[in-house]
Amino acid sequence: MKRYDVLKTLTPVLKDSLVVCNIGAPSQELFALNDNVNNFYMLGTMGLASSIGLGLALTQDKQVVSIDGDGSILTNMATLATMANNPPDNFVLLIVDNGSYGSTGDQPTYAGRKTSLSAVARACGCEHVVECSGPETADAVKSALSVGKMTVIVSKCASGNAKVPVIDMNPIVIRERFMSAVQAKE
Amino acid sequence: MANPIDQKIINDLIANQINFVTSVPCKQLAGVIEILDETDEIQHVPSNKEDEGMGLCAGAYMGGARACILMQNTALGVVVNSLATLIQFYQIPLPMLISYRGEVGEPVACQVEMALHTKAILNQLHIPTYHFHQPEQVRELGGILNHAFMSSKPVAILADATFWKGAA
Repeated sequence: MKRYDVLKTLTPVLKDSLVVCNIGAPSQELFALNDNVNNFYMLGTMGLASSIGLGLALTQDKQVVSIDGDGSILTNMATLATMANNPPDNFVLLIVDNGSYGSTGDQPTYAGRKTSLSAVARACGCEHVVECSGPETADAVKSALSVGKMTVIVSKCASGNAKVPVIDMNPIVIRERFMSAVQAKE
Repeated sequence: MANPIDQKIINDLIANQINFVTSVPCKQLAGVIEILDETDEIQHVPSNKEDEGMGLCAGAYMGGARACILMQNTALGVVVNSLATLIQFYQIPLPMLISYRGEVGEPVACQVEMALHTKAILNQLHIPTYHFHQPEQVRELGGILNHAFMSSKPVAILADATFWKGAA
Protein backbone atom coordinates (compact mmCIF):
# COMPACT_ATOMS: atom_id res chain seq x y z
CA MET A 1 0.00 0.00 0.00
CA LYS A 2 1.42 3.37 -1.04
CA ARG A 3 1.21 6.68 0.82
CA TYR A 4 -1.63 8.00 -1.35
CA ASP A 5 -3.82 5.00 -0.52
CA VAL A 6 -2.98 5.31 3.18
CA LEU A 7 -3.92 9.01 3.10
CA LYS A 8 -7.19 8.10 1.40
CA THR A 9 -8.14 5.78 4.27
CA LEU A 10 -7.33 8.59 6.75
CA THR A 11 -9.83 11.11 5.35
CA PRO A 12 -12.74 10.17 7.66
CA VAL A 13 -10.41 9.60 10.65
CA LEU A 14 -8.79 13.04 10.48
CA LYS A 15 -11.92 15.13 10.00
CA ASP A 16 -11.89 16.63 13.51
CA SER A 17 -8.10 17.07 13.80
CA LEU A 18 -5.68 19.80 12.83
CA VAL A 19 -3.25 18.30 10.33
CA VAL A 20 0.32 19.47 9.71
CA CYS A 21 1.63 17.79 6.57
CA ASN A 22 5.18 17.21 5.36
CA ILE A 23 6.70 18.99 2.36
CA GLY A 24 6.42 17.69 -1.20
CA ALA A 25 4.49 14.62 -2.28
CA PRO A 26 2.68 14.05 1.08
CA SER A 27 1.21 17.58 1.13
CA GLN A 28 0.40 17.45 -2.60
CA GLU A 29 -1.40 14.13 -2.22
CA LEU A 30 -3.33 15.31 0.84
CA PHE A 31 -4.26 18.54 -0.95
CA ALA A 32 -5.54 16.59 -3.98
CA LEU A 33 -7.44 14.06 -1.87
CA ASN A 34 -9.05 16.24 0.74
CA ASP A 35 -8.13 19.91 0.86
CA ASN A 36 -9.79 21.59 3.83
CA VAL A 37 -9.26 24.35 6.38
CA ASN A 38 -7.84 21.97 8.99
CA ASN A 39 -4.77 21.21 6.86
CA PHE A 40 -1.47 23.05 7.07
CA TYR A 41 0.70 22.28 4.05
CA MET A 42 4.45 22.70 4.20
CA LEU A 43 5.68 24.13 0.93
CA GLY A 44 9.32 24.03 2.02
CA THR A 45 11.57 23.27 5.00
CA MET A 46 12.38 19.57 5.01
CA GLY A 47 12.08 17.91 8.40
CA LEU A 48 9.93 20.26 10.46
CA ALA A 49 6.37 18.84 10.20
CA SER A 50 6.90 17.00 13.50
CA SER A 51 8.23 20.07 15.35
CA ILE A 52 5.52 22.39 13.97
CA GLY A 53 2.85 19.91 15.08
CA LEU A 54 4.43 19.66 18.52
CA GLY A 55 4.53 23.45 18.95
CA LEU A 56 0.89 23.64 17.85
CA ALA A 57 -0.23 20.86 20.21
CA LEU A 58 1.60 22.46 23.16
CA THR A 59 -0.16 25.80 22.77
CA GLN A 60 -3.83 24.95 22.17
CA ASP A 61 -6.27 22.14 23.02
CA LYS A 62 -7.44 20.76 19.68
CA GLN A 63 -6.16 17.42 18.48
CA VAL A 64 -3.11 17.70 16.19
CA VAL A 65 -1.85 15.06 13.76
CA SER A 66 1.47 15.62 11.99
CA ILE A 67 1.85 13.54 8.85
CA ASP A 68 5.56 13.09 8.35
CA GLY A 69 7.84 10.78 6.37
CA ASP A 70 10.76 8.56 7.26
CA GLY A 71 13.24 10.70 5.31
CA SER A 72 11.94 13.83 6.98
CA ILE A 73 12.15 12.36 10.49
CA LEU A 74 15.70 11.22 9.75
CA THR A 75 16.69 14.86 9.13
CA ASN A 76 15.16 16.00 12.44
CA MET A 77 15.33 12.84 14.55
CA ALA A 78 16.22 14.68 17.77
CA THR A 79 12.74 16.21 17.86
CA LEU A 80 11.51 12.77 19.01
CA ALA A 81 13.44 13.49 22.24
CA THR A 82 11.80 16.92 22.53
CA MET A 83 8.39 15.29 22.06
CA ALA A 84 9.10 12.56 24.60
CA ASN A 85 10.15 15.08 27.23
CA ASN A 86 7.29 17.54 26.54
CA PRO A 87 4.45 15.21 25.54
CA PRO A 88 1.11 16.90 24.80
CA ASP A 89 -1.83 14.48 25.07
CA ASN A 90 -3.39 16.02 21.95
CA PHE A 91 -0.57 15.09 19.57
CA VAL A 92 -0.17 12.19 17.17
CA LEU A 93 2.90 11.93 14.95
CA LEU A 94 2.19 9.69 11.98
CA ILE A 95 5.37 8.69 10.17
CA VAL A 96 4.55 7.29 6.75
CA ASP A 97 7.61 5.08 6.48
CA ASN A 98 7.97 3.97 2.89
CA GLY A 99 11.73 3.58 3.12
CA SER A 100 12.33 6.23 0.49
CA TYR A 101 12.70 9.93 -0.24
CA GLY A 102 9.46 10.05 -2.23
CA SER A 103 9.56 13.66 -3.39
CA THR A 104 13.04 13.43 -4.89
CA GLY A 105 12.80 10.23 -6.90
CA ASP A 106 12.32 7.45 -4.35
CA GLN A 107 15.95 7.16 -3.32
CA PRO A 108 16.21 4.68 -0.40
CA THR A 109 16.42 5.97 3.20
CA TYR A 110 18.17 4.24 6.09
CA ALA A 111 14.73 3.61 7.63
CA GLY A 112 14.14 1.10 4.84
CA ARG A 113 17.36 -0.66 5.72
CA LYS A 114 18.75 -1.20 9.24
CA THR A 115 17.22 1.74 11.13
CA SER A 116 13.95 1.30 13.02
CA LEU A 117 12.17 4.60 13.63
CA SER A 118 9.81 3.00 16.15
CA ALA A 119 12.84 1.78 18.15
CA VAL A 120 14.36 5.28 17.90
CA ALA A 121 11.12 6.87 19.16
CA ARG A 122 11.01 4.44 22.10
CA ALA A 123 14.68 5.04 22.90
CA CYS A 124 13.98 8.78 22.91
CA GLY A 125 11.41 8.16 25.63
CA CYS A 126 8.15 8.25 23.67
CA GLU A 127 5.78 6.09 25.71
CA HIS A 128 3.16 5.26 23.11
CA VAL A 129 4.70 3.99 19.88
CA VAL A 130 2.87 1.84 17.36
CA GLU A 131 4.31 0.24 14.26
CA CYS A 132 1.74 -0.94 11.74
CA SER A 133 1.22 -1.78 8.08
CA GLY A 134 -0.35 0.59 5.55
CA PRO A 135 -3.83 -1.01 5.73
CA GLU A 136 -3.74 -0.91 9.57
CA THR A 137 -2.88 2.80 9.69
CA ALA A 138 -6.36 4.35 9.80
CA ASP A 139 -7.33 2.15 12.76
CA ALA A 140 -4.05 2.95 14.53
CA VAL A 141 -4.65 6.70 14.14
CA LYS A 142 -8.28 6.37 15.22
CA SER A 143 -7.27 4.44 18.31
CA ALA A 144 -4.48 6.92 19.21
CA LEU A 145 -6.95 9.82 18.91
CA SER A 146 -9.44 8.11 21.20
CA VAL A 147 -6.81 7.16 23.82
CA GLY A 148 -5.71 10.79 24.11
CA LYS A 149 -2.02 10.19 24.82
CA MET A 150 0.80 11.46 22.65
CA THR A 151 1.43 8.67 20.16
CA VAL A 152 4.00 8.01 17.47
CA ILE A 153 2.73 5.76 14.67
CA VAL A 154 5.18 4.30 12.18
CA SER A 155 3.22 3.11 9.16
CA LYS A 156 5.31 0.76 7.03
CA CYS A 157 4.17 1.07 3.45
CA ALA A 158 5.37 0.85 -0.12
CA SER A 159 7.26 3.63 -1.87
CA GLY A 160 5.81 5.59 -4.78
CA ASN A 161 3.79 8.74 -5.35
CA ALA A 162 0.45 9.53 -6.99
CA LYS A 163 0.48 11.87 -9.99
CA VAL A 164 -0.97 15.03 -8.44
CA PRO A 165 -0.22 18.70 -9.10
CA VAL A 166 2.01 21.04 -7.08
CA ILE A 167 0.05 23.10 -4.50
CA ASP A 168 -0.66 26.52 -5.97
CA MET A 169 -2.05 28.11 -2.79
CA ASN A 170 -0.23 31.13 -1.41
CA PRO A 171 1.64 30.32 1.86
CA ILE A 172 0.03 33.19 3.75
CA VAL A 173 -3.42 32.03 2.65
CA ILE A 174 -2.54 28.50 3.84
CA ARG A 175 -1.41 29.85 7.21
CA GLU A 176 -4.27 32.29 7.77
CA ARG A 177 -6.90 29.78 6.73
CA PHE A 178 -5.34 27.22 9.06
CA MET A 179 -5.15 29.70 11.95
CA SER A 180 -8.85 30.49 11.58
CA ALA A 181 -9.55 26.76 11.85
CA VAL A 182 -7.35 26.60 14.98
CA GLN A 183 -9.28 29.49 16.53
CA ALA A 184 -12.75 28.36 15.43
CA LYS A 185 -15.12 27.26 18.20
CA GLU A 186 -15.84 23.53 18.19
CA MET B 1 24.07 32.91 38.21
CA ALA B 2 21.42 35.20 36.86
CA ASN B 3 21.79 38.97 37.26
CA PRO B 4 19.38 41.92 36.99
CA ILE B 5 19.72 42.25 33.20
CA ASP B 6 18.62 38.61 32.75
CA GLN B 7 15.53 39.39 34.84
CA LYS B 8 14.91 42.57 32.83
CA ILE B 9 15.01 40.51 29.59
CA ILE B 10 12.47 38.03 30.97
CA ASN B 11 10.28 40.91 32.22
CA ASP B 12 10.28 42.41 28.71
CA LEU B 13 9.26 39.06 27.20
CA ILE B 14 6.36 38.84 29.65
CA ALA B 15 5.36 42.48 29.10
CA ASN B 16 5.18 41.71 25.35
CA GLN B 17 2.90 38.70 25.97
CA ILE B 18 5.55 36.23 24.87
CA ASN B 19 4.39 32.95 26.39
CA PHE B 20 6.39 30.31 24.47
CA VAL B 21 10.18 30.22 24.32
CA THR B 22 12.51 27.65 22.88
CA SER B 23 16.25 27.71 23.42
CA VAL B 24 19.54 26.12 22.60
CA PRO B 25 21.91 27.18 25.35
CA CYS B 26 24.92 29.47 25.25
CA LYS B 27 27.09 30.45 28.22
CA GLN B 28 26.02 34.07 27.76
CA LEU B 29 22.34 33.08 27.89
CA ALA B 30 22.68 30.87 30.98
CA GLY B 31 21.21 33.47 33.36
CA VAL B 32 18.22 34.18 31.11
CA ILE B 33 17.53 30.45 30.74
CA GLU B 34 17.83 29.96 34.51
CA ILE B 35 15.14 32.58 35.17
CA LEU B 36 13.04 31.33 32.27
CA ASP B 37 12.73 27.94 33.95
CA GLU B 38 11.33 29.66 37.05
CA THR B 39 8.86 31.81 35.11
CA ASP B 40 5.31 30.48 35.13
CA GLU B 41 4.06 32.92 32.48
CA ILE B 42 6.30 31.41 29.81
CA GLN B 43 6.28 27.83 28.53
CA HIS B 44 9.93 26.87 27.92
CA VAL B 45 10.55 23.96 25.53
CA PRO B 46 14.28 23.50 24.90
CA SER B 47 15.31 22.43 21.38
CA ASN B 48 18.14 20.18 20.30
CA LYS B 49 18.91 22.29 17.27
CA GLU B 50 17.77 25.73 16.20
CA ASP B 51 15.91 24.69 13.03
CA GLU B 52 13.81 22.39 15.19
CA GLY B 53 13.25 25.42 17.41
CA MET B 54 11.96 27.44 14.45
CA GLY B 55 9.47 24.64 13.75
CA LEU B 56 8.29 24.68 17.38
CA CYS B 57 7.90 28.47 17.28
CA ALA B 58 5.97 28.37 13.98
CA GLY B 59 3.59 25.77 15.44
CA ALA B 60 3.23 27.70 18.69
CA TYR B 61 2.41 30.89 16.79
CA MET B 62 -0.29 29.12 14.80
CA GLY B 63 -1.60 27.77 18.10
CA GLY B 64 -2.15 31.34 19.28
CA ALA B 65 1.04 31.83 21.31
CA ARG B 66 3.67 34.53 20.93
CA ALA B 67 6.95 32.70 20.52
CA CYS B 68 10.62 33.61 20.80
CA ILE B 69 13.87 31.71 20.31
CA LEU B 70 17.10 32.03 22.32
CA MET B 71 20.17 30.86 20.43
CA GLN B 72 23.81 31.48 19.62
CA ASN B 73 24.95 33.28 16.46
CA THR B 74 26.83 30.18 15.25
CA ALA B 75 23.37 28.65 14.68
CA LEU B 76 22.63 31.14 11.91
CA GLY B 77 24.61 28.65 9.86
CA VAL B 78 21.92 26.09 10.68
CA VAL B 79 18.69 28.04 10.23
CA VAL B 80 18.94 29.93 6.94
CA ASN B 81 16.56 27.56 5.15
CA SER B 82 14.04 27.52 8.01
CA LEU B 83 14.08 31.32 8.18
CA ALA B 84 13.56 31.73 4.43
CA THR B 85 11.09 28.93 3.64
CA LEU B 86 9.10 28.78 6.89
CA ILE B 87 9.34 31.93 9.02
CA GLN B 88 9.58 34.45 6.17
CA PHE B 89 7.59 32.59 3.49
CA TYR B 90 4.58 32.14 5.81
CA GLN B 91 5.10 35.56 7.48
CA ILE B 92 5.54 34.33 11.04
CA PRO B 93 6.76 36.84 13.64
CA LEU B 94 9.82 35.55 15.48
CA PRO B 95 12.08 37.51 17.81
CA MET B 96 15.49 35.82 18.01
CA LEU B 97 17.55 36.74 21.08
CA ILE B 98 21.01 35.77 19.91
CA SER B 99 24.13 35.45 22.00
CA TYR B 100 26.71 37.11 19.76
CA ARG B 101 29.90 35.12 20.30
CA GLY B 102 33.20 35.93 18.62
CA GLU B 103 33.23 39.68 19.29
CA VAL B 104 35.82 41.61 21.38
CA GLY B 105 36.30 39.85 24.72
CA GLU B 106 35.76 36.39 23.20
CA PRO B 107 38.15 33.76 24.61
CA VAL B 108 37.55 31.07 21.94
CA ALA B 109 39.18 31.82 18.57
CA CYS B 110 36.87 29.56 16.57
CA GLN B 111 33.85 31.65 17.61
CA VAL B 112 35.26 34.57 15.62
CA GLU B 113 34.73 32.63 12.39
CA MET B 114 30.92 32.68 12.57
CA ALA B 115 30.95 36.17 14.10
CA LEU B 116 32.40 37.33 10.78
CA HIS B 117 29.38 35.94 8.92
CA THR B 118 26.67 36.81 11.43
CA LYS B 119 25.57 40.25 10.24
CA ALA B 120 26.17 39.32 6.60
CA ILE B 121 23.74 36.39 6.83
CA LEU B 122 21.11 38.50 8.62
CA ASN B 123 21.59 41.27 6.06
CA GLN B 124 21.31 38.87 3.15
CA LEU B 125 18.01 37.58 4.59
CA HIS B 126 16.72 41.16 5.12
CA ILE B 127 16.17 40.48 8.81
CA PRO B 128 15.89 43.58 11.02
CA THR B 129 18.96 43.36 13.26
CA TYR B 130 19.77 45.16 16.52
CA HIS B 131 23.22 44.91 18.14
CA PHE B 132 23.36 45.25 21.93
CA HIS B 133 26.90 46.28 22.93
CA GLN B 134 26.27 48.37 26.05
CA PRO B 135 24.04 47.14 28.88
CA GLU B 136 21.82 50.25 28.72
CA GLN B 137 20.74 49.27 25.19
CA VAL B 138 18.54 46.62 26.78
CA ARG B 139 15.93 49.37 27.23
CA GLU B 140 15.17 48.99 23.50
CA LEU B 141 14.22 45.33 23.86
CA GLY B 142 10.50 45.84 24.48
CA GLY B 143 10.15 47.97 21.37
CA ILE B 144 12.07 45.47 19.25
CA LEU B 145 9.88 42.57 20.41
CA ASN B 146 6.80 44.58 19.55
CA HIS B 147 8.29 45.41 16.15
CA ALA B 148 8.61 41.69 15.29
CA PHE B 149 4.90 41.08 15.93
CA MET B 150 3.78 44.33 14.30
CA SER B 151 5.66 43.48 11.10
CA SER B 152 5.18 39.66 11.20
CA LYS B 153 8.89 39.20 10.62
CA PRO B 154 11.83 37.51 12.27
CA VAL B 155 14.03 40.05 14.05
CA ALA B 156 17.50 39.48 15.46
CA ILE B 157 18.87 40.92 18.71
CA LEU B 158 22.62 40.30 18.84
CA ALA B 159 23.94 40.61 22.40
CA ASP B 160 27.75 40.55 22.53
CA ALA B 161 30.34 39.86 25.25
CA THR B 162 30.72 43.53 26.22
CA PHE B 163 26.96 43.73 26.78
CA TRP B 164 26.87 40.69 29.06
CA LYS B 165 30.08 41.61 30.92
CA GLY B 166 28.92 45.17 31.49
CA ALA B 167 25.67 43.84 32.89
CA ALA B 168 27.32 41.39 35.31
